[in-house]
Amino acid sequence: MAGWTSRGHRLGIAAFAAGLAVLPALLPNEYYLTVLIVAGFHTILTLGLNLLMGYAGQISLGHAAFYGIAAYTTGILTARFHWPVPAGIAAGLALVLLVSAGIAVPTLRLKGHYLAMGTLGFGIIVYIVLNEATDLTGGPSGLTGIPKLGLAGVTIASDLHVYYVVWGAAFLLFLLAQNLVRSRLGRALRAIHTSETAAAVLGVDTERYKIGVFILSAVYAGVAGALYAHYVTFVSPGSFGFHASVQFVTMVVLGGMGSLWGAVAGAVFLTALPEVLRAIEDYDILLYGGLLILCMMFLPGGLAEGAERLARGVRVLAAGGTPAASGRTR
Amino acid sequence: MPAPSDILQYVISGATLGATYGLAGLGFTVIFNTTEIINFAQGEFVMLGGMLAVFAIRWGGLPLALAVLLAIAVTTLVGVAVDRITIRPVRGRSVIVLIIITIGVSIVLRGAAMLLFGKDTYPLPGFSAGEPIGFLGASLLPQSLWVGGITLCALAAMKLYFDRTISGKAMLACACDRKAASLMGINVDTMVTLSFALSALVGALGGAILAPITLTSYDVGILLGLKGFAACILGGLGNPFGAVAGGVILGVLESLSAGLISSGYKDAVAFVILLTLLFVRPSGLFGRRAAERV
Repeated sequence: MAGWTSRGHRLGIAAFAAGLAVLPALLPNEYYLTVLIVAGFHTILTLGLNLLMGYAGQISLGHAAFYGIAAYTTGILTARFHWPVPAGIAAGLALVLLVSAGIAVPTLRLKGHYLAMGTLGFGIIVYIVLNEATDLTGGPSGLTGIPKLGLAGVTIASDLHVYYVVWGAAFLLFLLAQNLVRSRLGRALRAIHTSETAAAVLGVDTERYKIGVFILSAVYAGVAGALYAHYVTFVSPGSFGFHASVQFVTMVVLGGMGSLWGAVAGAVFLTALPEVLRAIEDYDILLYGGLLILCMMFLPGGLAEGAERLARGVRVLAAGGTPAASGRTR
Repeated sequence: MPAPSDILQYVISGATLGATYGLAGLGFTVIFNTTEIINFAQGEFVMLGGMLAVFAIRWGGLPLALAVLLAIAVTTLVGVAVDRITIRPVRGRSVIVLIIITIGVSIVLRGAAMLLFGKDTYPLPGFSAGEPIGFLGASLLPQSLWVGGITLCALAAMKLYFDRTISGKAMLACACDRKAASLMGINVDTMVTLSFALSALVGALGGAILAPITLTSYDVGILLGLKGFAACILGGLGNPFGAVAGGVILGVLESLSAGLISSGYKDAVAFVILLTLLFVRPSGLFGRRAAERV
């Protein structure tokens, strides 16, 4: 993979951090900041989902449910039972961990598509419960009065501060994911993706790794969901349905499965796109579907692969050749 | 304790619903057997069956029978197009690629139906007029008889197709071993296209016969598809007749739980059953071989 030397890698990380730090100063107004904050939630979730899809070769159609479970758990505990915000968030993450293990154990022991269907069904159950358990969740009209983020009496209220918290978390989770995929675990996951049988023969405990990465990806979604709840202070079931799960899968696919940079790009791009193209409001679902099909057919590596091809083309052009002559080396 | 006639009522309406889950499940099975793809767009075929019939009447002024046949024919063509445009070019790629593509297809079909037909819920007239028939204290809609009869006919036709025709046997051969089938001179590509057509056909049939009872809209496909898949797992994935039996069992359980426990959660029943089954008995109730384990 290009740019995978450790120097280039460190440079990339440093540029990412610097970019995140100065970006707010370059924005023309507050509105862009809110878009970026939402993109931050999506980035966190997409990073986790990308670990599952790109590295373990499994797909979840219920990640919006984990996003929602964490958001509602911390929302209910802090708004109704007056728990401190960090305790609420911790409880939300703990519940996500438990529930995702409950899904992963039966479905990931089986080969093939069972996780996809299992998570799709699970997502729908959660959506139904959020709507029906009115006493607890507020039902279809939502849960209000969730406190802002805060720690030990200090409330983080301004958008700028929330931006730094959210993208700080995203950055740390990016580093965690990066280290994970370059570790023994990452190699095992890639082996599973390439050939599960071969990996198992070589002594990789495929079942345990797949379950582990699924739970981790659910917890990423939980982190995003908990931060989201304390940012918007109001949650309703609509944000956590099938549509949202598909949106997250599209972010991963468009960015490029198996590329963490791609996950960031896909999340930011697809969060910003509807803001730019207000006119597509009703058509966005068609856009997601179309992107999924076209990416898989023509650009399976997503934006990450596209950028790589482009860079290679530019290098070849600069060297006096033609892009066609470079071919694909993979 | 509810009266026995109430229970009977729940069983009847559940079995009627379940027939459609079964037909959706049958569609999953046909495609899975020839390609090992779980087609996430299966539910959209069911949706198209109902919606196209409704709009053939509303826009084209067709008589009901013709509208239903047209809806089934068009959906079958959609099935063929799905295979030729999106599946064939990526044959042999990894499972996750194929899943994502069928998810993309399902979203595009649903989105297209929303833009074309709007977000409202539409009724389809019953296939025959007439009052509900009293039966041991429960009442039986004439449409339920149509659903039962048509489902049985469809099953019989499938059975004949797989047992008695060359193309049916060729499809079964692909299901057993694609490479061997291709060495025997069977055109596997054609069989895959045919399986998409057949699966779209039975799905659309299920959608069209159910629409007079439950109404239909552009977004019914997700739930119907999922329940069809649950029916497949219940009956043992790969076993077409198990899928239909699984669908009926699922429909009855769902209807009983809606009646006796809570109607709000009835849609959750199918998935609780699905997850439980995957946990304890992934080969399904009638599964012959164990589902593949890692």
